[in-house]
Amino acid sequence: MVDESVPGAAAPLGGAAPRPLAAELAELADVPTAFFRGDEVVFCARERYVAVVSALKDAGFVTCSDLCAVDYLTHMDRALPPAVVGERFEIVVNLLSHSRRRYVRVRVQVPADDAVVPTLFYLYPGVENMEREAYDLFGIVFTDHPDMTRILMPQDWEGHPLRKDYGVGRVPVQFKEAPGPR
Amino acid sequence: MSDEMDTRVAGSSWIPDAGGDRDPERPGTSDGAGSAGEDGDVGEEELERLFEAETSEGDQELALVGETDEIELLIERGAVLRLPEDAAVAVDPAGAGGAADAHFGDGETMIINLGPQHPSTHGVLRVMLELQGETVLRSKPVVGYLHTGMEKTAEELTYVQGATNVTRMDYLSPLNNELAWSLAVEKLLDVELPARATWIRMLMSELNRISSHVMWAATNGMDLASTTMMIFGFREREMILSFFEKTTGLRMNHNYIRPGGVAADLPDGWEDDVSVIVDTIAGRLDEYDELLTGQPIFRERTEGVGIIGPDLALAMSATGPILRAAGVPWDLRKSIPYLAYDEVDFDVIVGTVGDTFDRYAVRLNEVRESIRIVRQVVEKMPGGDYKVQDKKITPPPRARIDESMEALIHHFKLYTRGFEPPAGEVYASIESPRGELGCYIVSNGSNKPYRMHWRGPSFVNLQSVPALLRGSLLADAIAILSSVDPVLGEVDR
Repeated sequence: MVDESVPGAAAPLGGAAPRPLAAELAELADVPTAFFRGDEVVFCARERYVAVVSALKDAGFVTCSDLCAVDYLTHMDRALPPAVVGERFEIVVNLLSHSRRRYVRVRVQVPADDAVVPTLFYLYPGVENMEREAYDLFGIVFTDHPDMTRILMPQDWEGHPLRKDYGVGRVPVQFKEAPGPR
Repeated sequence: MSDEMDTRVAGSSWIPDAGGDRDPERPGTSDGAGSAGEDGDVGEEELERLFEAETSEGDQELALVGETDEIELLIERGAVLRLPEDAAVAVDPAGAGGAADAHFGDGETMIINLGPQHPSTHGVLRVMLELQGETVLRSKPVVGYLHTGMEKTAEELTYVQGATNVTRMDYLSPLNNELAWSLAVEKLLDVELPARATWIRMLMSELNRISSHVMWAATNGMDLASTTMMIFGFREREMILSFFEKTTGLRMNHNYIRPGGVAADLPDGWEDDVSVIVDTIAGRLDEYDELLTGQPIFRERTEGVGIIGPDLALAMSATGPILRAAGVPWDLRKSIPYLAYDEVDFDVIVGTVGDTFDRYAVRLNEVRESIRIVRQVVEKMPGGDYKVQDKKITPPPRARIDESMEALIHHFKLYTRGFEPPAGEVYASIESPRGELGCYIVSNGSNKPYRMHWRGPSFVNLQSVPALLRGSLLADAIAILSSVDPVLGEVDR
């Protein structure tokens, strides 16, 4: 069961931690999993991403609640299970099972020099907007997505604003004696 | 929640075989925008002829296919690709991407833009509609006109300042935004709230749900040409906003629910204020019934219009009244209770057909359930603190600052630097009036979130629009769009 010695491993505020999915799903048997604040997190390799999510879908996680990307450029030393090599980008998928009444989070490492991930559209058509958003704001391409275009930014926008190396806009100071942009 | 539902979904037949009959020429994205929809039976000349089609109003400003760049073509045609219905495949012999729709005859279609400047789009939503006569075939919501980069902004704000930012997203239910944010931050901090803070939050959240739903009823009435309903809705909402102003100081964008509790205790006599509000609105709901529910014109315009089934709604990640109107009894307040929703008695309202009328009825009855909850909260409101007494998280009372050096330091540190939650990632979700509102925070141990992501229910629910609109009349499209209840501030963030 859950290792209580790991900080944050148990459910928050003493609630009962849900039964680990890895115990019942063969597809998850050799995939690193962890608990944080009561949520089960599955760290799966990009190659097995669709297979793992598909297995979870078959296990009752019929809705993809959320899909987003994270750019860990300036936080590469984040805590990960030993078997997982942290890459710059991460795709984070929150799946919801109505029958189990719980979420499971799938985190996929995506290297910066090959920011390509297979789409989940054919499992969950509801990720369409979310994957477009991740593409728009992070530049991560989802292969076989039916409409991989920008969704929030203008179509001719350059760059992907939520990347950590994308500058935050600053308003130039209008005083003549100002020593330049601060 | 039964297991049958899950089985049904797993076995639903619209899901294409992985790789099976899918066209290898499908617009892959790794190789650029790709050759959208040039496959299948529809030839190039046929396509050009279609897009040259003029109406009595003249050219619709669609360029020839040859002159339109690939990205634009993808946008114009993409919607069929994203209709995961048996029907979409069945009536579209060209397969995904074909421009002609054999089911609808000669292929004389017209594409019009609804919005972004249109009163029925509730903001700056633009919907591209492909019309066959007056029937909507494909449609595509185009969003982003209100994108202000709130997720990027949040990375520059401390956790204390964050609530001010997120409250502006869904401007019709600001307190629910703050609630999702606060729950996520508290999950990260792993703090337990005093009971009174939880119950105050529940009260405000439910009042906000009522105000949001009556506001929706108002704009929906306006879309269906019932200006009386509009005035009614705004009138009821105003009562609640006045109470919010009395409690939080602001009518909207309150920054009232904060990590660690709420900003201030409820004002004296709040029980009477709230009771008057809910009693009045409970009576007014019956007026709504007289005005709309039983009215033949309203029913004609809403019944059987814009139907979505439970399987499709679940697959499209739709939540909130859309999902419940389709008959899925899923409400996070009941199913995965947060706050103290497991201690109050209320019902989850579900529809049977999943049409526009069901979505209306679900919202109207959810107001009644919220009133039930509010009455129980008034009855059971516990005493005690309204915020965590941890001075690293919540500020000391104003009067203490004049007396205590320590309080002054705490106050100063909290508002200049804030607190630093442990590193980690959390996802907290609540049932906002529009559906599942989720907040995903990545913390790197500093005083600002490393990444903040919002799962906006409007943003996700908009994906159902092409499925809802398909085959309906243009006039019904207005009613359907209204029944989805998108708030564009949250869609675009």
